Amino acid sequence: MLSYAVFSGITLGGMYALVAMGLTLQYGVSRIMNLAYGELVVVASFAAFVLMTSAGINPVIGLLILIPASFALNWAIYRILLKPLVARAKNRGMLEVDSILATFGLLFIVQGVLLVWFGGNYYSYDFMNSAVNVFGAAIAANRLVALGFAVVIGLGFYLILTRTRIGTALRAVAVDPQSARLVAIDVNFAACFAFALGGAMAAIGGVLVSMFLTFSTSMGVVFTMKALIVVIMGGVGNILGALVAGLILGIAEALVATYIDPGLTIAVTYVIFLLVLLIKPSGLFGRATS
Amino acid sequence: MQISSRLRIATLAAATTALIGTALLGAQAQAQDTYRIGYAISKTGPGAPGANTSTIPNYEMWVKEVNDAGGLKVGDKMIPIEVVEYDDRSSSEEAVRAIERLINQDKVDFILSPWGTGLNLAVAPILDRAGYAHLAGTAVSDKAPQLSKRWKNSYWLLGTGSQYANELATFLDQLKSDGKINNKVAMIAVADGFGIELSNAGRKALEKHDFELVYDKTYPLGSQDLATIVNEIKSLGADTFVAFSYPPGTLGLTEQARVLNFNPKIFYAGVGTAFPLYKDRFGADAEGVVSLGGASETDPKIADYIKRHIAFAGREPDRWASIVNWASLQSLQQAIERAGSTDRDAINAELAKGGFDTILGSYKPGDQNFWQVGQWQDGKFVGIAPTSMDGAQALIFPKPDWKGAQ
Repeated sequence: MLSYAVFSGITLGGMYALVAMGLTLQYGVSRIMNLAYGELVVVASFAAFVLMTSAGINPVIGLLILIPASFALNWAIYRILLKPLVARAKNRGMLEVDSILATFGLLFIVQGVLLVWFGGNYYSYDFMNSAVNVFGAAIAANRLVALGFAVVIGLGFYLILTRTRIGTALRAVAVDPQSARLVAIDVNFAACFAFALGGAMAAIGGVLVSMFLTFSTSMGVVFTMKALIVVIMGGVGNILGALVAGLILGIAEALVATYIDPGLTIAVTYVIFLLVLLIKPSGLFGRATS
Repeated sequence: MQISSRLRIATLAAATTALIGTALLGAQAQAQDTYRIGYAISKTGPGAPGANTSTIPNYEMWVKEVNDAGGLKVGDKMIPIEVVEYDDRSSSEEAVRAIERLINQDKVDFILSPWGTGLNLAVAPILDRAGYAHLAGTAVSDKAPQLSKRWKNSYWLLGTGSQYANELATFLDQLKSDGKINNKVAMIAVADGFGIELSNAGRKALEKHDFELVYDKTYPLGSQDLATIVNEIKSLGADTFVAFSYPPGTLGLTEQARVLNFNPKIFYAGVGTAFPLYKDRFGADAEGVVSLGGASETDPKIADYIKRHIAFAGREPDRWASIVNWASLQSLQQAIERAGSTDRDAINAELAKGGFDTILGSYKPGDQNFWQVGQWQDGKFVGIAPTSMDGAQALIFPKPDWKGAQ
C-alpha cells in the first residue's frame, strides 16, 4: 500500500511539475505573470487530441510539431502583446500588474476561440493506458511518460541554466535585468526567449496531460492555479524547485488519500503551501530578496 | 495589495463587457407574432461540459424542429419560437441575474431551466415569484417533493437521490440473496451536491438491505487522480463498487480501475457513464458498467430521437437527463397547443394536468417513469431497473474482464 501510494504520488507530482515548469520560466525570467498560462496548456491538449483523432498522429510524435509551434506562438505573444508593456514599465511591480491585466484578457480570448471551435464538451482519448509494473505497483504507461518528461526537463534545464552561457544569461536577467545589460546581455532577447521556452513547456505539459486527464475548454484556470502554487512553493524562476515542489505535493496528496481521507487532498496542498510560505517565503529553492 | 485591487478592476471590466454584450443581445427588436423562449445556460465554466451534453443540444434541436415545422400551433395560428439566450458562466449569481433580465427586460413568454442542481435551486424562487413554470431538467435533490409543493409550478424532472439509491440497493439486494455477490460494498462520492445527496441516500439504502460499507469516502470536486482510492478498495474484497461521481472523476476512476485491473462483479459509476463520451473512450471495456439512467433503444420513439439528435448535434445524446429533458420539451409544446393560447397561466395549468405523449410514453413533468439503473450492453446503455418496467434487460453478470487498454 505504501509503495503504491508513493509511486502514484510521484507520477501525480511529476504531472504538477511538468505543468508548472513553463510558468516558472515565464514568471521568473521574463517577469510576466501569465494568467493565460493554463489556457495555453489546454490549447496543446486540444491540439494533441485533434492530431490523434483526425490525423492518427500519436501525441508523443505530435510533440515534434507542437513544441516548435508553441514556441513560435509564445514568441509572437511576447513580441506583440507583452513587449510594449515591458518597454513602458518603470519597475518590476508595474510590469507584473500590467502583465496580469493583459494576460487576463488573453485568457478570455483563448478560451473564447476554443469554445467556438470545440464547444464546452469534455474531451478524452485512449493512448498508452496499459499498466506498467514498477516495483509491484501498477502505473499507467502514459503517466510514467509524463513523469519521465518532467524529470528530464527539470534536470536538463537545471544543467542548462547552471552550466551554459545562455543559461547564465537567463539567470542574470532573472536576478537583475538592469545590471545584466551592463555585461552585454541582450535582455530583451533573453526575456522573449524565456517566455517562448516557457510556452513550449506548457505545450509539452498539455500534450502529456491530455493522455490521461479528461479535459474541456474551461479547465485552463485549474492548471494555472496548480502551477502557481508549485511555482511559488518551489521558488519563482527555479525549474528544479518546481520539480521538487510538484513531487512533494503529489506524494502528500497520495499519502493523505490513502491513509487519512481522499476528501482532504486539496486541503493538504494548501497546508503545505502555507507552511512553505511561513517558513521560507521565497520558496523552497528561492533566493531571499534583498 | 495593489495587484489585487487592479485584478478586481480587471474582473469588473471583463464582467461589464460581458454584460453589455449579453444585454445588447437581449435588446434585439421584439417582433410580434413569435413565442419568446428564454434561457440562461452554462456555456462557459465548470458546468459547461454537462450543459453541452444534456441540455443545450436538446433546446436548440427542439427550437429548430418546431420552427422548421412552421412554429408552435396556437389555436389556428402557427407561431415561430424566438430565443433569448444568456451564458450564466456556471455561476448561480449570474444565472439569477440572467433569469431576472429574461423576466423583467426581455419579457419572454417561457423560461427553460439552467443546468445542474445548484443553479436550478437558485433560480426556482424567482421563476415562481414571476409566475413562470420551471421544468428543472437536470436537478437531483431529496427535497424535490417539498420543492414542488413550495413552488407549485416547478417540476423536478430527475427526482430525488434516494430513488436512484433505493432502486440500486433493491437491485443489489436481489443479487445478494441469489448468492451472486457478497455483502461488501465500497462506495465513493464526489464532494459536491450530487455526490453528497446520493451517497447519503445510498448509505441508508444499502445499510437497510444489510450491506456492509467497507469503504465510504468522498473526494474533492475536480479531482481525476483517484488511483490511490481504487488501489485501496481493490484490497477490501467488495464485490460491488459504487461511485457517485461527476464526469471527469467517472472517466478517471474507470481508467484507473482498468490500469489496476480492479474488476468487481458490479462496477457502478456516476454521471458521465451514460454519456456517449464514455463509450468512445473505453470502447469494449464499457461493457457491463452500471450507472444511472438507461434507454430502451428498441422503442422506436427513443431510437428515432437518438437518430435525430445525432443528425442535429453530430453526437449521441446521453442516456439519462437528455431523454428526460426531451420529454419535458415535448410536454411544453403540447401544453401550449392544448392551451390554445400563449397565456402563461393557461399553459401552466395544462402542464400540471400531464398526459403528454412523449418519448417516455404518457408523461407528466416530474414523473419518474424512466430507468433508474442502466448498464452498457453491446455498445448500448440499456435500462435494467426498475425490473418491473417494460423492456427491462437482464443484467450482464458478473462484469466482464477489462480487455485492457491500447
